[in-house]
Amino acid sequence: MEKRVKFRGWLLPLLLIAPQVVISAVFFFYPAGQAIWQSLFIPDPFGLSMQYVGLGNFEFLLSDPYYRASFVTTAIFSVLVTLCSMVPALFLAVIADRLIKGSGVYRTLLIWPYAVAPAVAGVLWLFMFNTRVGVVSWYLGQLGYDWNHVLNGGEAMGLVVVASAWGRISYNFLFFFAALQAVPRSVIEAAAIDGAHFWRRFWTIVLPLLSPTTFFLLVVNIVYSFFETFGVIHTITAGGPQQTTTILVYKVYSDGFVSQDLGSSSAQSVILLIVVGLLTVLQFKFIEKRVHY
Amino acid sequence: MAREIHGMVEKRGTGLWLTHVFMILGILVIFFPIWLAFVASTVTQSDIIRPPMPVWPGDQMWINYKNALFSGINVPVGTMLFNSLIMAVGIAVGKIVISLLSAFAIVYFKFPGRNLFFWLIFLTLMLPVEVRIVPTYEVVAGFGMLNSYSGLIFPLIASATATFLFRQFFLTIPDELAEAARVDGARPMRFFLDIVVPMSRTNIAALFVILFIYGWNQYLWPLLITTDPEMNTIVMGIKQMFPSGDDFAHWPTIMATSILAMIPPVIVVVGMQRLFIRGLVDSEK
Repeated sequence: MEKRVKFRGWLLPLLLIAPQVVISAVFFFYPAGQAIWQSLFIPDPFGLSMQYVGLGNFEFLLSDPYYRASFVTTAIFSVLVTLCSMVPALFLAVIADRLIKGSGVYRTLLIWPYAVAPAVAGVLWLFMFNTRVGVVSWYLGQLGYDWNHVLNGGEAMGLVVVASAWGRISYNFLFFFAALQAVPRSVIEAAAIDGAHFWRRFWTIVLPLLSPTTFFLLVVNIVYSFFETFGVIHTITAGGPQQTTTILVYKVYSDGFVSQDLGSSSAQSVILLIVVGLLTVLQFKFIEKRVHY
Repeated sequence: MAREIHGMVEKRGTGLWLTHVFMILGILVIFFPIWLAFVASTVTQSDIIRPPMPVWPGDQMWINYKNALFSGINVPVGTMLFNSLIMAVGIAVGKIVISLLSAFAIVYFKFPGRNLFFWLIFLTLMLPVEVRIVPTYEVVAGFGMLNSYSGLIFPLIASATATFLFRQFFLTIPDELAEAARVDGARPMRFFLDIVVPMSRTNIAALFVILFIYGWNQYLWPLLITTDPEMNTIVMGIKQMFPSGDDFAHWPTIMATSILAMIPPVIVVVGMQRLFIRGLVDSEK
């Protein structure tokens, strides 16, 4: 789509676009290029020179059991976060949609957690499950269950998943609720007249009509759990115990800043870049599909 | 008749009552962590370290919040709140201004390199700062921007989402308006300031809400570039309040800080709910 009416001149538009182009170049393209360039080198132990290793960093990474483990961890983590945030959100949205009165009040209450930063959510959940003072871990102890996410990898994973999914429920709720409100009442009522009960209507009519929203949320939530959950992991487990909660983004940080392994960290950045690219393509494919609906 | 059908779809009687119960239960579960944090911010440290902690607020609220705000643990929380505010407003305003300008240039002018620039901006669409932290850190350090507001703000405004939104919106502005402005001999910038910007004000407001939350809730970037506690933002500063050894963390102060950290974004989201939902839907689709 293009405007028919255009203003003349070339200096003014260049000046107008300059701030964005300069900022993108300095803080985006240059660093992204650096990441790709650095991923082809390893610095010597004294940091004085760089040795060209081609794809050596990548070969090393892909054969490194810790990196492979981190891939698996990320996959498990993002699937769990996506499920734990989408299923309750859909449930709440379906309930809210059935109410004629009061759904506005509920919506206002439910969007609260969205405003809570992932890192703050991490601190809240850490507090509840703290091994020494946590309320939930204390009551679990009374029931005979010894909660210790500092030592138990499975419990650590469970805790970071719940803390990451928690605020996300609000987000997914808003999208599901909007989509449900857009389902034509006449279709539902016709099915009701034909004798279809609520669950039958839900499975055969409502859920298929929600599929564009569901697919969109799947992609967005996976992107969220890949990148924006860093705060949760850093505050609750710092990647431990024994790297059981080290997701890919956390590994870029800990290898690059904590262990100062620049070559490997850059190679990891490049791999993440490719992952993001693939997810973006997926998202655009989805938008294209939506247009044909 | 219509009313009867209505009754078949929406719940009545026991069913309606049950639906409300489910809804309230869901909300209680979701609110529980926030409630607990609030309670912890109103009691003494000894109430907390001897579990189980109380589930109703105590009488230490003012003392805890005053302590947090004016003395804190490493740095007064008041200072961190101020830093967060500058960062969040800086990111929101900065991104809106540069995107308005560049979208105006792309939509209303034909100039050499227009398509190239368009695609360059397009490429920045979805690459989060988390992916390029090490080289971006080096750039910011090279400019001497560590521990500065510009270092906190600029790397995070390099993204194209806002530009695309404004571009989409500008394309819906009727051509007659630009035509009339041109016939009247109005300069492009006059047209921009008098017509385009006022017409975009709802979009600007919706975007501001989303970007404010985005900026306020940043964690990794401030963690990397603010080594001086005086420059910490509140969201990343909470973690710094935990002792490194085996000591008990001072939970009442930490929880008061957590509550303070969520108040501004919650006010923005709840107070500007319509704009927020609109911004969310616009910026994601």
